[in-house]
Amino acid sequence: MHRWKLIGLLASAGLFACVVSCQPNESGGVGPVKPDPSQPVEYKPTPFPWKKPANFPEPIYKFSNNPLTVEGVALGRALFYDDALSANGTVSCAFCHQQSAAFGHTDHALSHGINDKIGTRNVPAVQNAAFYSSFFWDGGVVDLDLLPINPIENPVEMGHNMPALLNALRKGNRYRPLFQAAFGSDSITSARFLKAMSQFMLTMVSANSRYDKYVRKEAGGELTPGELSGLTLFKQKCAGCHAGELFTDQRFRNNGLSRDLNKDEGRSLVTLRPEDKYMFRVPSLRNVDRTPPYMHDGRFWTLDQVLDHYTTNLQDVPELDPLLRQNQTGKPGISLTVTEKQQIIAFLRTLTDTEYISDRRLGPPTF
Amino acid sequence: MRTTAITSLLLVATLTGGFMACKSDNPASATSGPVSFVFDNVVGNQDLKLATGVYQNGAGESFTPTAFNYFVSNITLTRADGSQYVVPQDSSYFLIKEDVPATQRITLRNVPFGDYKAMSFVLGVDSLRSTMDISRRTGVLDPAGDHTSASGMYWSWNSGYIFLKLEGTSPSAPVNATGNRNFRYHIGFFGGYSTRTINNLKTIRIPFGSDVATIAPGRVPVVTLQADVLKVFDGVKRMSINANSEIMVSLLSADVANNYAQMMTYKRITTATN
Repeated sequence: MHRWKLIGLLASAGLFACVVSCQPNESGGVGPVKPDPSQPVEYKPTPFPWKKPANFPEPIYKFSNNPLTVEGVALGRALFYDDALSANGTVSCAFCHQQSAAFGHTDHALSHGINDKIGTRNVPAVQNAAFYSSFFWDGGVVDLDLLPINPIENPVEMGHNMPALLNALRKGNRYRPLFQAAFGSDSITSARFLKAMSQFMLTMVSANSRYDKYVRKEAGGELTPGELSGLTLFKQKCAGCHAGELFTDQRFRNNGLSRDLNKDEGRSLVTLRPEDKYMFRVPSLRNVDRTPPYMHDGRFWTLDQVLDHYTTNLQDVPELDPLLRQNQTGKPGISLTVTEKQQIIAFLRTLTDTEYISDRRLGPPTF
Repeated sequence: MRTTAITSLLLVATLTGGFMACKSDNPASATSGPVSFVFDNVVGNQDLKLATGVYQNGAGESFTPTAFNYFVSNITLTRADGSQYVVPQDSSYFLIKEDVPATQRITLRNVPFGDYKAMSFVLGVDSLRSTMDISRRTGVLDPAGDHTSASGMYWSWNSGYIFLKLEGTSPSAPVNATGNRNFRYHIGFFGGYSTRTINNLKTIRIPFGSDVATIAPGRVPVVTLQADVLKVFDGVKRMSINANSEIMVSLLSADVANNYAQMMTYKRITTATN
């Protein structure tokens, strides 16, 4: 009796398996990856401990769609530092996104690509990507997972194309084991490539500047009286746009730059909306001392020039942000004395995170 | 030992039976079957021949197309009684490319048996899918896949799919930086993610006239649709290659999208057997 129960159970299980295997594959290849029986099963990724800094807002990136693992981050790191991501094997992501410049490209006003081609905008620093709702000066990409395709395929940046790049990675012998370790099989797909890139970029969290330690009341968080005055002034005069702990409200605004030499129309190029003409995303000011030159076209080389722009050189264009029209004098811009400017700059330098720019886990892989 | 043998035999029999039941063309048990659609790309009353055909648009401009691709998605079939069958969304994305003949015939599987008198589809990729996690965008939606995928049909710098791409040469096009007279229409824009933008998604309804596509055991209807390149220029508003040889991320894209919304017509139904 007992034996027949067992047989019945086995038969039911068999039938159930058949029914499951009968399900039509509606998704045309979207389904889960079939394990390759010839590969030994050694897929045991280690969860990567990602932690939101205490003084930061909640992240925007959907971690549930891409759980970070030590292996996934390592793969992303290998890709980030690999010249093979460019068409002629000369330019890696790290070429323009240098750790010493908080993953911006200091000394380059405009982005510098393969064959010395020059782009139209300044390289944005890669930091705290988990907290951003859009990317690039015009916000043309709204999902971190889709970000790398842009520089990889831009003809004046890495000049490659994704299908050819993925095919090259499939043919080489370096990446198959890394994909195996990160995703459980050595299949190299677009989604896996992009998710691994995201995983590494998500570990680029800069939150340990002297300012952060001051805010969190941690050791090493002492600010000088001049820096504290700068902080107070900053909150009064700058934080309307450079808001919150990310030092940007992530909106698109016009800050009165002269258009005599550069007529870049900014966000309207991706939205086609007239009201977005000449608008650019408010950049974060974290590590700002390490990311010159400044503005979307890198026209200013020092923080003094930036503050002189806001106090004196700003152009009264129709698109000028209303927050820059609040001067009592009626003249657009921000009123600051020479001393106040120096105090603000002193404060901005407390946003430099030396741990971030020297963290070896973010540097070139050593394997 | 003997019992084990019996158990194994029973299991094998059960499994075999189970797998045999999987055969979709088993007339005794099936309630659904396949239907095919052929997209026949033409230019007016001529067949489209990339790179060699010479045609004339409504503005009197001579042109030779070199690429003609478009997405067809979110297919719905309408039964003779007016009720509808919505193809499961994950199975409802196709990219038709003139230079890849295999893409010009698409087949939907597991469509309920019945008589169908019309269909509708989106020409393009709906906004939901356009902003979906990359792992849900495989096959033709993969921006980095092979020559049948969205590679070349995707804007990386302004994330979104190109719904329709028409490229070619024309003596009416101004000489460009490469010294050639080319025209390029890349039409996208799904309405924006956080900021509202123009929306060039077009839902196209195709009645089969007095014909009926009957999906029944052993009968696979093959519905032929025609896409007329001329309508891209002249569907509603006349476009001139001379005046606008490049239309991509531009408000003019809305005019081109309104034009190509008129380009599809029903041609015929034939029946294949399976």
